[in-house]
Order: sequence, then C-alpha cells, then structure tokens
Amino acid sequence: MNGLIVHQVGPGVAVQDLGRPGFLAKGLTRGGASDLRAVHEGAALLKQSPALAVLEMAGTGGTFEATVPLRIALTGAAMSATIDGENAVWDASHHMPAGSKLVIGPCREGTFGYLHVGGGLATEPLLGARATHQSVGLGGLVSKGQTLPIGKDTGRGVGMTLPRDGRFSGGDVRVVPSMQTEDFDNNIRTRFAKTEFRRDPRANRQGIRLDSDGEGFSNPKQLGVVSEVIVPGDIQITGDGTPFVLMAECQTTGGYPRIGTVLPCDLPRVAQAAAGAVLRFAFVNLDNGAAIQARADAEEATLGRRVTPLIRDPHAMQDLLSYQLVGGVVSATHSPFEEG
Amino acid sequence: MSDQQSHYPIIRSVGLNGILVTFGDTATDTANRAAIAFRNAVDTLGWPEVDESSSTLVSAFFRVDLAQHSFAVIRDRLQDTLASQDWTDVALPPGRTLWTIPAVFGTDRAPQLTEAAEAAGMTAEQAEAELTAARLRVLTIGFAPGQPYLGTLGAAWNIPRQVGLSPNVPAGALVAAVRQICLFTKDTPTGWRHVGQTAFQCFRPRGDMPFPLSPGDEIQFTQITAQELARIETHNADGSGGAVREVLT
Repeated sequence: MNGLIVHQVGPGVAVQDLGRPGFLAKGLTRGGASDLRAVHEGAALLKQSPALAVLEMAGTGGTFEATVPLRIALTGAAMSATIDGENAVWDASHHMPAGSKLVIGPCREGTFGYLHVGGGLATEPLLGARATHQSVGLGGLVSKGQTLPIGKDTGRGVGMTLPRDGRFSGGDVRVVPSMQTEDFDNNIRTRFAKTEFRRDPRANRQGIRLDSDGEGFSNPKQLGVVSEVIVPGDIQITGDGTPFVLMAECQTTGGYPRIGTVLPCDLPRVAQAAAGAVLRFAFVNLDNGAAIQARADAEEATLGRRVTPLIRDPHAMQDLLSYQLVGGVVSATHSPFEEG
Repeated sequence: MSDQQSHYPIIRSVGLNGILVTFGDTATDTANRAAIAFRNAVDTLGWPEVDESSSTLVSAFFRVDLAQHSFAVIRDRLQDTLASQDWTDVALPPGRTLWTIPAVFGTDRAPQLTEAAEAAGMTAEQAEAELTAARLRVLTIGFAPGQPYLGTLGAAWNIPRQVGLSPNVPAGALVAAVRQICLFTKDTPTGWRHVGQTAFQCFRPRGDMPFPLSPGDEIQFTQITAQELARIETHNADGSGGAVREVLT
C-alpha cells in the first residue's frame, strides 16, 4: 500500500479532519482537529481542500517513511523536523522522495502539530468523516508499524511558507456572552474577565481546565440543573468553581452552567496553549463577536494569498557548498508562486 | 447576548454556533414534548440558515452560523413560529418508532433494583411491574452517542442520584434517577442506580442504523430472565439485543 509507514510514533497522534457535523441530535459532537486554523494553513500550503484528512500530533510526532514521492506540509505547534537528516522548516511545504524518512520530534511551542500530505490521508471514513474520536470508538491512535494510506495528489509545488502567528503561547481570548452568562452575577463575570488563568496540565481533546489564584467562579444564584446544549468553546464552571473550556470532542449536552463561549477564531489559541501558559478572557457583545468572526472567516478563505516561497537562510544550511544556489531556470513572465 | 424574558419559551444565542429555544426551567414532560414538536416544525420549514438541529430535555437547538446570519433576524422568525400555535399542547411528530426491548430487572445483572425500589417507596416486584408497564419516550439523546434519556416515570421515581459513583456500569444498562431511565451506550461510572440490563446497542458506528434511537421515539421494556439475556447476547452481532421496532402512525 502506498502511503506513510509509521516507524515510531508519539502517544497522541491521530488522523483528523474538519469533523463530523450533522449528528448533534444523536448525541455525537462534531470533533475534528483541535486547531482548525492549522488545517486551513496546511491546505493553503499544499493548495488543496481543507477537508482532506491530516495527522494531528499532540506533544510529539514520530518517524514516517514515504513509500512514494510525497508533498507534505508542517503546521501548528512548532516541532523539530528533518527529512533524511536535513532540517525541514515548520509552517512550510516540502518534498519527500520515495523511501525518505521524516522525523518529527517534540514541540518547542504550543501543543498540537500537524502533518499534511498532498492528496490527504485516505483512511476509511466512518459516518462521513475520517476524524478520530477515540472516546466513542471512531478510529484510534496511530500506532507503530501501521501504514497510513494516502489519497491521489492532484496538486503540485512545495517549498512554500506561511507567516507564523502568535497563537502558540496563550494570551488574550475573546468570549461572547452565551445562554447562561446572565445567570452569573455581574461581579463574577467582571472578576472572570480580569483574571489571569493558567492552562492546567489536565487537558485533552474534550476540555481544558483553567487554574487561577483566589476564589472560584461558582454562582451563588440558584442555577437550574437541567442539562443543556454544549458547543465547542463553551466555558463551563464546575461545582467547585473551576472553569473548563470545552474543545472539539466535548459532549453535546451538559449540566454545568456556561459563563460564555470562546469565539471560534480564538479557539486555536486555547487549544495550543501549553500547560502553564497564561490565558485571559475578554467579553465582546454578540454583534461585535459576529463581526470579528466574520472578518476572521474572510481572512482564512484568502490564506492562499499569503503563501510565499520559502527562502533558505544560508546560516541554517549545514553544507552550503552542496547547494546549487543559483540553479533553476528563472523566467521573467512565469510566476514562481505557481510552481513553488 | 441572551434575551432575558420573564416567561417561557425563551430564545437565546449559544456562542456564535446557534440559537436555543427553551420551554421550561425544569425537566417537565410538557416542556420536552414542546421542544421535540417545535424542533420538528422548524425543520419542516427548511430554513437555509439552519445547518442542523437537536433537542434537549427542555429546548430545541438550531445550529446557525451567527457570524454569517443575524441572530436578531432568526430570533424574530423563531418568535413568529412560536406564536403560531400553543406548543404545550401539540401532537408529537408522526413517523416515530416504537421499540420493544427485552431487559432483565434485578438479579446480579442489575444489582440495584431493590435499592432503587426502596428509594421509590415500593417493592422490587412493584418497581419491575412499573418499569415494564410504562411506555417511555426518548426525551433526549446525549452524554454519549445515541444514548437515550427516557421518561417520564411517575412521581415516586423522583429518586436522587446516589452520593458515590458506581465505578463501571456496563453498556446496555438501564439506570434510574430523577424520574428518568438512561440506557447506557458504553460502560460508564454513574450515580444513577442500575435497575435493568439489556443487550441493546445505542451506537452502532459500522451498522446500517448507527443511531437507532431518536428523540420522541417510544420504548417498551419486556421482562426476560438472565438466561434469556445471555442467549440474546451470544447472537447479537447486529447490536439489536432482541429489540423489535415498529413505526408509529
């Protein structure tokens, strides 16, 4: 089978895509990649559909061998990466010759790194998607010895890069009021918005626990105990006053009240915050939140325009003399952007 | 921003992901029927802004991208639909399914029947008779894929969750609390009491019917022996657990 042979792999590596919408009424949440922004970046680098499946790597990657020549892209949390021993720049697309080995090490910043392959990973779809949702038995973690099948790559061009944004080390996150926000006393909401939280080590694809100094955020007001709809980005306050941001694999309903909902465009920042990273939450009203999100959606749709050729830093080249620095045919009329 | 209203139904935004129409602040049968009926009515209207819908114990949820579509516009449209009839007294949608599911009550397969019966102020025999006599409705599906919350049992069954968690109640279990029965999709730690056991699989990802149950479906349990359950379990490749289904007209 053509594809990527997995020689070594970290403990949190799984196939993901944009998720599995349409089953909320059946109790199945959408799931999909934790950092959807990274999925779109990889698609822009390889000039292919963001719906193609990718490899999500929590914390560390693995060693992968290409059985055929492949185009790949690396996005999300920056990890050390080499192809047959040569450094492979993150946030960029690369060529993997047949038989070459890609080694992806631990992340230096952030939590989830992504490996994208031209043509996408072609594992068996379940309920219309390839997203792994381990807790409900849809797919499983990638294991050593496995060969990940790959779809037909109709695109071409590598050696492209995208600028890196600042979403990998915590920071400010915008929140819209949600269905239960007004059930919280105003002073609790104000204190919540003024608090510096730290991402707790207890976090997974379902939710991320937030730590803070001082008292919790339980509401003294009597709250209904009837379970209600959950959406990704909801910040629930558990009985002891601890906030959790609910992530891609959250349940569809839950009984804890929600103080607000993180804007979808800021959710990758929460997903990527490493343990101990500081997160602050700022409320924006629904209209402003909608406008911010609409702008982010429009920007994401034009990511392809910000892809530029990767310029090699001579200092980063291990053996300068082995490179042919002025090679290739340069045409005054042919855009190098088309070829990569 | 939520619209604070003094009486139900109320309409609220849920993040930028959708709109929730809530028919009550406690899990009453009336609010649940209204939520199921209203969801069905809006689905029938086929609004292009609605990507999908669901219902909880007391609410109907419409997933709408509120960054692309105005909350106020859709809220007003929902308000008009709400005003078109009395949702507390509307028939449940047609085409629902009646499921007859074999279950063992008590024995070592469901060891908390007696305890639950005591909490409900009745004998184990009375509890078993009530649980097999009642035609229960799927109030909502949640917590795990395909997992139904069934109700609404009589007032005696308003039993609280136990204080400690049972560490691992198996898939197919019937557990009771707060006038409801839940049929577990998978092994689950729970504070609800384990009163019955079925071989019915609520989530069959590779089957023809991945999610057999839908909100509004009706469930009738029939009592079988532990031996009969064991026999069903050995011939249960399709996950039906010996259940029979018929379409309600």
